[in-house]
Amino acid sequence: MILGILTPLFAAFGSYCFKNNVNVRDSFGVLGGIVTFLISLKIFNGLQADEQYVLNLFTLFDGVDFLFNITPLGSIFSLVASSLWILASIYTVGYMRGAAEENQTRFVIFYSIAIHAALAIAWSGNLLMLFIFYEILTFSTFPLVGHKQNSESQAAGRVYLSILVGTSLVLFLPAIFWIWFETGSLNFTSGGILDGKFPTEHLMFLIAMLVFGIGKAAIMPIHRWLPAAMVAPTPVSALLHAVAVVKAGVFSFLMVVVYIIGPDYLLQSKASNWLVWLSSFTILTASIIAISKDDLKARLAYSTISQLSYIILGAALATTFALKGASFHIITHAIGKITLFFCAGAIYVTAHVKKISELGGLGFKTPMIFFAYTLGALSIIGVPPFIGSWSKLFLVIGSLEADFLFVAILLGISSLLNIYYLLQPVFIAFNKKNIKNIKITNAPLTIWPPMITGVGCLLLFFFSNYFLNIINGVVA
Amino acid sequence: MNIFLDDAPALVVVLPLLVAAIVAFIPSPRLAWFITIVTLVIHVLLSIELLTSFSSFGAIIYEFGNWPPPWGISFKLDGVNIGLQILFSAFVLIATIYARKIFLSEIEPEDSGKAYSLWLLAIGSLNGIILTNDIFNLFVFLEISALSSISLISLGAGTNRKALLAAFNYLIIGAIGATFYVIGVGFAYAMTGTLNMNDLIIQLTQYSEGQLAIFAGMSFMLIGLMVKSAVFPLHLWLPPAYSYAPSAVSTLFAALATKAILIFFVRILYEVFSIYNDYLILFLDYILLPLSLIAIFVGTIIAIYQDDIKKLLAYSSIAQIGYITLAFSIKDNSGVLAGFVHIFNHALIKGGLFMAVGYLAISLKDRVTLQSIEGYGQKFPITSYALLICGLSLIGLPLTNGFISKLYIFQALYINEMFLTIALVALSSALAVIYFWKIVEKLFFSSKGYKATSEDPAIYIPIWIIAISIIYFGIFSSSIVDFSSIASESLIKGGIN
Repeated sequence: MILGILTPLFAAFGSYCFKNNVNVRDSFGVLGGIVTFLISLKIFNGLQADEQYVLNLFTLFDGVDFLFNITPLGSIFSLVASSLWILASIYTVGYMRGAAEENQTRFVIFYSIAIHAALAIAWSGNLLMLFIFYEILTFSTFPLVGHKQNSESQAAGRVYLSILVGTSLVLFLPAIFWIWFETGSLNFTSGGILDGKFPTEHLMFLIAMLVFGIGKAAIMPIHRWLPAAMVAPTPVSALLHAVAVVKAGVFSFLMVVVYIIGPDYLLQSKASNWLVWLSSFTILTASIIAISKDDLKARLAYSTISQLSYIILGAALATTFALKGASFHIITHAIGKITLFFCAGAIYVTAHVKKISELGGLGFKTPMIFFAYTLGALSIIGVPPFIGSWSKLFLVIGSLEADFLFVAILLGISSLLNIYYLLQPVFIAFNKKNIKNIKITNAPLTIWPPMITGVGCLLLFFFSNYFLNIINGVVA
Repeated sequence: MNIFLDDAPALVVVLPLLVAAIVAFIPSPRLAWFITIVTLVIHVLLSIELLTSFSSFGAIIYEFGNWPPPWGISFKLDGVNIGLQILFSAFVLIATIYARKIFLSEIEPEDSGKAYSLWLLAIGSLNGIILTNDIFNLFVFLEISALSSISLISLGAGTNRKALLAAFNYLIIGAIGATFYVIGVGFAYAMTGTLNMNDLIIQLTQYSEGQLAIFAGMSFMLIGLMVKSAVFPLHLWLPPAYSYAPSAVSTLFAALATKAILIFFVRILYEVFSIYNDYLILFLDYILLPLSLIAIFVGTIIAIYQDDIKKLLAYSSIAQIGYITLAFSIKDNSGVLAGFVHIFNHALIKGGLFMAVGYLAISLKDRVTLQSIEGYGQKFPITSYALLICGLSLIGLPLTNGFISKLYIFQALYINEMFLTIALVALSSALAVIYFWKIVEKLFFSSKGYKATSEDPAIYIPIWIIAISIIYFGIFSSSIVDFSSIASESLIKGGIN
């Protein structure tokens, strides 16, 4: 388990040592991905066999240890992050060389450190540990966002950092202190630690501090950093801003709801009803903004904001099915969205096109990319037999269970909007009228990863039981 | 040997003062430095001796010349100052190791004997401020420390003439502060006929109703001390003094000078004047608390707009002193505890930051501004990463000691249900990220490509000792917290309400 946490750091260090040998340097990412994936997989299976993974290093202060303790939810997140890291590092090689970016060594190093932070978030045993690695994740992704070092990326980097660090210091950290002062503990415990110790009438404020303080969850109005972060090279947008960073945000919030507040307590107190409205609002508004975006990555970013609020919504509803749906959505959206980002990057590398309106006829020249894109999009829309349909189904059942009929309707509307804004690029690309003469350079390393994840979206539909076992463990 | 150790409380003050007189006549920078180091090593040993005897026998009152108080001068070593004594001793030793190369490049070699002499004089007098148990004796040490500080600051004129103006500023404002203080002492002496603090506490009980003369005296003393410890809005001397002094000198001042006076300030507040409950509550709630909050915001916001990094750090110090006085203005154990924790932690943080910036200053041979350090993260990686650690601690991220400070300040505010203040403090800590990140961005993320230059271990080792201790005390915070809780408990026996 220690090995699992440290492997990405070894990879970062290895990349640094071999900075002069490009192939060796880049292979550390792939290697690190494979090792962490195997460890995550072992832990994932181990948890189902009722094994415990606890690592207590030392005490920080009263009741708060430097503690790793893998929860079922954490194992899901780490499995997703590490498996996609393998593909992403292969993709990174293709993209960074294809787009001839500078400072590739620094890029690879911070990429690995970011993964390290994401894994440590997944496995942290208490809320303070989670906060520590949450901050490390923010700081380690800053150089990746500002990678191009021009004034645009610098400005974006500042927006990114000031929103994420600002909200976490002003709201998240005081909320953590508050929980600690009231309960004397921050450990993730199943069933939560707040019930009976926390003044219920203040729970609403605590939830507000947490959901806005965890800026990575990108609920409106704390969402501006995510579109800003899209100036980063696409591998960053793909792995970090579709999987590691944003998922760390919603994961943190889910962890708080499931293991700190406790779903039962939350359901009784009805303290999160306002959040159901706010996340619904975010889902709808972000979708509408996404339609208006012509830049493919910006559109995907707003789509991500909308999809993240599905998870917040699930946590806010706090019923069994809603939580199942929220946990499952971490997996399904990660695979689907990384496919789409991979494709966006592949289009950029092969054809140097960023705007949707300029995609005309590209589908005939690079059919593989658009095939993978369509698979990912269908999964996010929630069409069976793609894996994304499961999580949406659970969320709909969960909203009915909580007597929020309007939420179920809204999820339907949102799916319709998804169809429009996610599939429109495909239609433009396969429209014969608009064929433009665009020079194509081949970059096979950027095409295979999205193919694999795209097909994964389809195949995993049939293996959903594998995940459901452990997700049941989250809710129980 | 035993006699020597018995006099340890006096020796920690007298030894540097005596050696200062010798060092002044030594022309060789090396020898002067070496003698200073030997003195300070002995100083550390004496402080350790003080700690062991404190932990076995409790508070020590040392009477000079065996004159019993109230007649003679006495020093008091108790829970309040033992922690700071240890920190002080250790820090000045590290700062002196660091100072050798800095003095070499910023001060003319023939002046270096005088510089070390003033350096020791400042150390001795600051240590006197920490230990003294006599309100007039404090004035004497304040003056010695002011005079030696002013001369040290004006040594910075070798690199920038503005140092002279800064020194003059400090001279005038410092003198006003000292005058206020001594007027207050005069009132107290006129009413009670004593200058010894323990005796003063006893004598004051006669006036438990409170009399105007006493209140006037108290006010004068407190204002004088607030000037000296740069509590907003009496801070104007501090930014230029810190930023134009030679780099090693700013390190010493930023880490310890105001802290020593703050310790005496809380002693006066909670130990001597604690019988005047109403007055104290008035002062703490309506003067110190709002001033501290304003200091936090004004200091932070001015720091954001600074280009010159030493000035930026100096204004950040104003804000950080605001955090300390904010904690002290919470009238219970938890608040005073938090104040002490932050005194320790901030001494390390700001000391480390000034050390790192000082190294950049002597490498640049110019003012350290945001423009001039562009890309220096690549040029001086070792120093820059130490600076990064200290800075992360300044904004209070977990695993650094700044986080521990923040935790205890929040806890104190929470216990006393000062929720609005919590919100303001949280907001200000986010603002601090802005000025710190401006430095980081220039250091590490600039398009200027430099090759790493070899750095001087004589300078970066002391810096890294501080940086590592920042992380160490961030993880194993118990020693600092223990010292602080001893301090707050011995200060607030029973507590005021």
